[in-house]
Amino acid sequence: MSGISDLKKIFGTGNTSKLRQFGILFSLILIVALFQWLTGGLTLSSTNLIAVVSQYSYILILAIGMVMVIIAGHIDLSVGSVAAITGVVVARAMAEFNLPWPLAIVFGIVVGAAIGAGQGFWVAYVGVPAFIVTLAGMMLFRGGQVFIGNGNTVPVPDGFRAIGSGFLPEVGPETGYNNLTLLIGLIAIVTIIWRELRSRAVQRQMGSEIAPAWVAGIRVALLVGIVVVATLLFAGGRVGTSFPISGLILVVLVIVYSFITRRTVFGRHVYAVGGNSRAAELSGVNSKRINFFVMMNMSILAALAGMIYVARAGASGPNDGTGWELDAIASVFIGGAAVAGGVGTVIGSIIGGLVMAFLNNGLQLMGAGADTVQIVKGLVLLVAVAIDVYNKKQNRFSIIGIFTSKRGGNASVAATTPTSGAAPSATASAETGAPAKD
Amino acid sequence: MSATAPILQMDSITKEFPGVKALADVSLSVGIDEIHAICGENGAGKSTLMKVLSGVYPYGSYSGTITYRGEEVRFKDIRASEAAGIVIIHQELALIPELSITENIFLGNEPTTRFGSIDWKGAQREARELLARVGLDEDPDTLIKDIGVGKQQLVEIAKALSKRVKLLILDEPTAALNESDSQHLLDLLRGLKGKGVSSIIISHKLNEIEQVADSITIIRDGRAIETLNVVRDGVNEDRIIRGMVGRSLQSRFPDRVPEIGEVFFEVNGWTVQHPVSAERMVCKNESFTVRRGEIVGLAGLVGAGRTELAMSLFGRSYGAYRSGTIVKDGKQVQLRTVHEAIDNGLAYVSEDRKALGLNLLDDIKRSIVSAKPERISRANVVDEYREHDVAEEYRRKLRIKTASVESGVDTLSGGNQQKVVLAKWMFTEPDLLILDEPTRGIDVGAKFEIYGIIQELAAQGKGIVLISSELPELLGLSDRIYTIFEGAITGEYSAATATPEALMKSMTSSAQKVTAA
Repeated sequence: MSGISDLKKIFGTGNTSKLRQFGILFSLILIVALFQWLTGGLTLSSTNLIAVVSQYSYILILAIGMVMVIIAGHIDLSVGSVAAITGVVVARAMAEFNLPWPLAIVFGIVVGAAIGAGQGFWVAYVGVPAFIVTLAGMMLFRGGQVFIGNGNTVPVPDGFRAIGSGFLPEVGPETGYNNLTLLIGLIAIVTIIWRELRSRAVQRQMGSEIAPAWVAGIRVALLVGIVVVATLLFAGGRVGTSFPISGLILVVLVIVYSFITRRTVFGRHVYAVGGNSRAAELSGVNSKRINFFVMMNMSILAALAGMIYVARAGASGPNDGTGWELDAIASVFIGGAAVAGGVGTVIGSIIGGLVMAFLNNGLQLMGAGADTVQIVKGLVLLVAVAIDVYNKKQNRFSIIGIFTSKRGGNASVAATTPTSGAAPSATASAETGAPAKD
Repeated sequence: MSATAPILQMDSITKEFPGVKALADVSLSVGIDEIHAICGENGAGKSTLMKVLSGVYPYGSYSGTITYRGEEVRFKDIRASEAAGIVIIHQELALIPELSITENIFLGNEPTTRFGSIDWKGAQREARELLARVGLDEDPDTLIKDIGVGKQQLVEIAKALSKRVKLLILDEPTAALNESDSQHLLDLLRGLKGKGVSSIIISHKLNEIEQVADSITIIRDGRAIETLNVVRDGVNEDRIIRGMVGRSLQSRFPDRVPEIGEVFFEVNGWTVQHPVSAERMVCKNESFTVRRGEIVGLAGLVGAGRTELAMSLFGRSYGAYRSGTIVKDGKQVQLRTVHEAIDNGLAYVSEDRKALGLNLLDDIKRSIVSAKPERISRANVVDEYREHDVAEEYRRKLRIKTASVESGVDTLSGGNQQKVVLAKWMFTEPDLLILDEPTRGIDVGAKFEIYGIIQELAAQGKGIVLISSELPELLGLSDRIYTIFEGAITGEYSAATATPEALMKSMTSSAQKVTAA
């Protein structure tokens, strides 16, 4: 009995949010392992992993913004169009005005911010539902993209392409691996160990229950193992390749936005507005401002995603970004967010996005056509959320709903919860059929 | 109890949920033409028992037998029990706001013509008769959203009557009603019992139970403790409370010696317009003062404008500000937003805990700091360790019953949720707390604790404005009471001069303004 309960603590010390987080991670690992087997080892080859990251980084970047929008109780359908119009505006600015590429990136962010401010204004201050505002934006900016680009492709210069298809340079001694990727892996390992030690120190100080040392050891060993394998795979590809720069941008954004949503007053307010906006207002939260910034932030990230995509493709084209909003929204819901708002996490959405990415990739590796991929993705979304809803109804351990009842529950040391994952209110929200609360 | 066979006999009902025995061997007998009250603290098992009776928990999911009108019944769902004439009216009314009274009464039960279409003429005629029976003078075409909650309650009863109800179950029927609406409802129940409708009533308002019930069954911790006959046993409120809590509460209010200081908060000529209708003023030139360490009661019927006054003061959260000033500590202050109100030391505990007081998706510790996260933040980054410490401190101080401050607030009982709301506002270090119905829907034990907290806050020198629809509560706690009628202050009473009769008079007319002696 105690042996088993100790073993469970590998996934967190009496801490179901961590446990559940490992749950969704576990289903991702299952999918990867399944395709690794089905494709005869192709999935976890260096070349393929690098391809997956650079191919899906922009969707994952969208998922970061989208989860915040959905937590606040809204939805954004315009992200694909916003990404596309930013892409063509930046591409033309570089082609016709010889704008240097670093300035072009800044310019693109400004374009995204301007569009986002516009949409945020309608949502927050006029009170038009985000579904409508961004549906309008979706049409508007798609049309604008074609108008600005004349329906043609607009190529971008080499320097700019780095953010989409670039790799880390080769520096230092000849190791047979990309040294900078190895360095990143090393930093990750040190961070994992440091966090574990700090977490134990704090728990001891607060007098809460601490897992036995061997449990912590296994946990750290598992995580470190994953990081080591991934590092060697990313670093050990063809010479000149490494962990992609677009992936690096993604990782930085994930860290920054996890911190913002979990630890800052602004992040708390986003959850508060989505959870109960009247109560939030009566607690002194300026919900209009929160809604405005959440919508604006989404468009900024969409602009960034659009630029990364254009950089990777080498040119802006009229069909850029088509259907991205749906992939991003699906990632967020697979990652455990609630349709009615108030619930969700950045990490969960990223893992949800990775589930979609590896499904896509694995099926493609097996030679499945786009039709099959779409069908499978649709089914996975439906089944994933259905299992989640069912499990919560049964008051049982919920794999995907991990973040549904507890959103602060990612790797945070203090975010622990002894209650089961079955908050009834969260269940209710996941069952609501409408795509957006308003 | 009547000499004839009872209309309902529930024998040895036991209902278990995984890990919890919600009902253990509970028996209940309701006589024909009887109003039977069920009393118990929150979580005692009252609602579970009614769900067993009405088929929400189908036959087979519990053990024991139910005998209804002489036969054993095995309801498989709520439709089956309704077909037999048992209708339950829940605390949250199940009416559809956008539909008319007639449409609501016959929802799911529509009378049809020979051709299968809905017979609206017949429905309307019948609706009119039903409304007359419940004493509701409204056009049956009126939309539900356009009538008050008291009238909505009557529509629910009319709906039950349309289903040929024999046994009416009411769960907290008067919780949201003012005194006169409550009285009307209770009179109606009394009238119905002479016409072949027996009732089971669940209520926290013990004075009403004492007044209307023929017998009372007290449930505690899933067991039926006793059944009292109101007349024969000479039941009064204290007797019921003793049964509910298993001990005698010497006093329903903790002892307190008020230490009242100087006036520090003054409202002058406060006038606020209704949010929609420009001609209607919800606050009419209201002025009042609060002293340090003083508990000031606001008495008024539901709809008199007490909540409107409180919310409009608290960062103009209700209606449109027209005129009036707020003076705090001798200085005039502008409270244009909730944020400004909080910064100026105001706190407002809303009357609707779930809709306005808490984010039910949140956990306890985050809820406690949510009105002023800046206090535990540096550069807008929340210090989660301090957050934990703060939450633990309030959990201890207010005795919030929970396994952990990391638990969701939706896992707490009503009384403990209210303590979290109080903790949230205490954490903002306010000088003036406006408490709007702070004990609504809370059981007796928790009420006593909340009274203690309120008195403790006053003892710390804070000013308290207490809004309550329960006169005994206002009289028991307040040092001074203002009465409000139709958006105007109609009277001011000191604790010594305030009597229920005097207050009620000022609450129901603006005839003469009374000032404290």
